[in-house]
Amino acid sequence: MELTGAQILLESLRREDVEVVFGFPGGAVIDIYDQLPNYPLKHVLARHEQGAIHAADGYARASGRVGVCLVTSGPGATNAVTGIATAYMDSVPVVIVTGQVPTPLIGNDAFQEVDIVGITRPCTKHNYLVKDVRDLARVIKEAFYLAATGRPGPVLIDLPKDVQQAKCEYKYPKTIKMRSYNPTYAPNLKQVARVADVVRKAKKPIIYAGGGVIASGASEDLIWLARTYDIPVTATLMALGCFPADDPLWLGMLGMHGTYAANLAISHADLILAIGSRFDDRVTGKLSEFAKNAKIVHIDIDPTSIQKNVAVHIPVVADCKSFLAALRQSLAAAPAGAAAEDTPPAAGRHASWLERIDAWKAEKPLTYAADSKVIKPQHVIEVISRLTKGQAVITTEVGQNQMWAAQFYQFTRPRSFISSGGLGTMGFGFPAAIGAQMACPDRLVIDVAGDGSIQMCIQELATAVCYDLPVKIVILNNGYLGMVRQWQELFYAKNYCATCLDVAPDFVKLAEAYGAAGYRLTDPSQVESVLAEAFALPKTVIVDVVIDREENVAPMVPAGKSITEMILV
Amino acid sequence: MRHILSILVENEPGVLSRVAGLFSGRGYNIETLNVAPTLADGLSMMTITTEGDEAIIEQIVKQLRKLVTTVKVVDLTDVKSVEREMMLLRVDAEGAKRAEVLRIVDIFRCKVVDVSLDELILEVTGTQDKLGALINLLQRYGIKEIARTGAVAMRRGMQE
Ligand SMILES: Cc1ncc(C[n+]2csc(CCOP(=O)(O)OP(=O)(O)O)c2C)c(N)n1
Repeated sequence: MELTGAQILLESLRREDVEVVFGFPGGAVIDIYDQLPNYPLKHVLARHEQGAIHAADGYARASGRVGVCLVTSGPGATNAVTGIATAYMDSVPVVIVTGQVPTPLIGNDAFQEVDIVGITRPCTKHNYLVKDVRDLARVIKEAFYLAATGRPGPVLIDLPKDVQQAKCEYKYPKTIKMRSYNPTYAPNLKQVARVADVVRKAKKPIIYAGGGVIASGASEDLIWLARTYDIPVTATLMALGCFPADDPLWLGMLGMHGTYAANLAISHADLILAIGSRFDDRVTGKLSEFAKNAKIVHIDIDPTSIQKNVAVHIPVVADCKSFLAALRQSLAAAPAGAAAEDTPPAAGRHASWLERIDAWKAEKPLTYAADSKVIKPQHVIEVISRLTKGQAVITTEVGQNQMWAAQFYQFTRPRSFISSGGLGTMGFGFPAAIGAQMACPDRLVIDVAGDGSIQMCIQELATAVCYDLPVKIVILNNGYLGMVRQWQELFYAKNYCATCLDVAPDFVKLAEAYGAAGYRLTDPSQVESVLAEAFALPKTVIVDVVIDREENVAPMVPAGKSITEMILV
Repeated sequence: MRHILSILVENEPGVLSRVAGLFSGRGYNIETLNVAPTLADGLSMMTITTEGDEAIIEQIVKQLRKLVTTVKVVDLTDVKSVEREMMLLRVDAEGAKRAEVLRIVDIFRCKVVDVSLDELILEVTGTQDKLGALINLLQRYGIKEIARTGAVAMRRGMQE
């Protein structure tokens, strides 16, 4: 059967079981839009391409499936770049289809032409310019495969208008043949045996989990390992939810805004099991001071992550889930002649290490000065956590709001915390919440926002209202670009240059203008009741929470300092 | 330390800029780069020489391997290999100079590929050191122009 390029694209999306496409039309993709109604695909019309790509990203993070985004050439494509880079930094599987000017015009500075393949080369896992319609089906198949396998990431397909219109026989490939792409899933068993050995012998072990645990669906295995071997767990921003926050072994997040207990524990550990994490500078602080006395085991599916920032004693290239399954087997097979202390079961085997950690936890827990007159942002997050029993999908913007959400929400399950970790993209949270709500229609989805960030993609209110998405936006409104103001306060002699948001919209009226509901909260005693009411409304809702203006995120490790050098209040 | 990387890539548009971009995006320098098709269908071989300590080279190699269009990367610095570069030189060769230049051509086993009244174009292949030595020698006669290919390299046989 002969199909046009546009039809081939849509038919192939159908075969990839794509249910929703987030997009924004234009002349260079009008052929695709023309065909869209003929296919069983839901299209979500964003109000800005950045919104579309973040929504596809949020959908992918919440569902574990590939997110799909469709935008036009030129300005449509460049508007999506921030979102592509965001997905790339956090290893999120997204396929982006951009329209392109007709092939004869490519390179001629044609109307709405931009070399998007060139622009996105450093921020995609791979990208394609399809110049012949006969390549299209294969390229789409490859794009989905590349996006979702190995270390996941965004893959872009640039599709010229004449290729969309050209026809050819359609055959969707069943298999992939790529001689140059073979991600390693199964670990080297010798390395696993070495890991098992150090796990048996460690006196002060710690698990440092990263986004790879969530991406590979390894939470259950991680929980098993921690509980069976009595190993405390800390996690990066990207991995929150991979270990239940109510477990006594949970230390909270580590790093720049990590907990006192997590930062001290990783600094004093004799064994660090880094699983699907990449030793980001926000996590390690000053590298030369990081975990000086620990053996470091690093498991990552991406070999480039290993040995990049820290010297590793046992490197293991593998998918986290496969690794943990192999480790479990290796641990079960106790070595011949093992001493009694080296054999499982192990409940209580690290009692003195955990006692020390509990002392750190008790000494400096995450806390704040409660107040009866002015609303504390931490209190707001605690209330959200309580009201939703840790079961909501929380997306965040970037800044203090993000860190308070990470610190004070008690996550109980993976894929529940959706935040721009690697790139730190203001404007991410709200469109990501739209995507997450599409993926999880039955869950409560809440974007924890700052008054600065929310204004970066505020136009997506129309999208949320249009598709009846009951997303909740809780703005922690401090009238500042708070996190930058905090840096100015602490390290730039309170020179609050360009961080005061003097002129702000009335967010309640703004919500109403878009057809959403709006609430304003100013009194601490009302936080619980108003939030409960807002969460119960089956509508898009903004809750504008006027918070203590100069509240800071603590602990904080100043940039370039060791993670043990925390500013605590 | 100087490293020679031999990189087998898919022969398709954009591959060179993916590889080059990987260096520039990380602030690493490419000293020489050479690329041409291989015997295998659709594959090209790139030879890149670059400077860096072990950690940097390890990162470069891993990053190169991570590119979807890369089939194989070998750091030839670690194995016995043959390395050659081709160079063309336009040299002053007026009057009495000419005989001396031609003598050097002989010793270095260059070829004269173009002759005019006052200059010669020489072709020479060899290691980086040999080409460097030749440039040094000919400089006093006056080199007007050079064009170099950058190194190509290949692993020697008879290795375990
Ligand atoms: C697109 C973008 N621009 C700038 C920044 C730098 N930045 C990081 S945090 C921050 C302040 C965010 O302010 P707000 O959204 O009000 O959140 P708060 O910190 O007050 O919670 C800024 C400007 C960024 N991360 N992203």
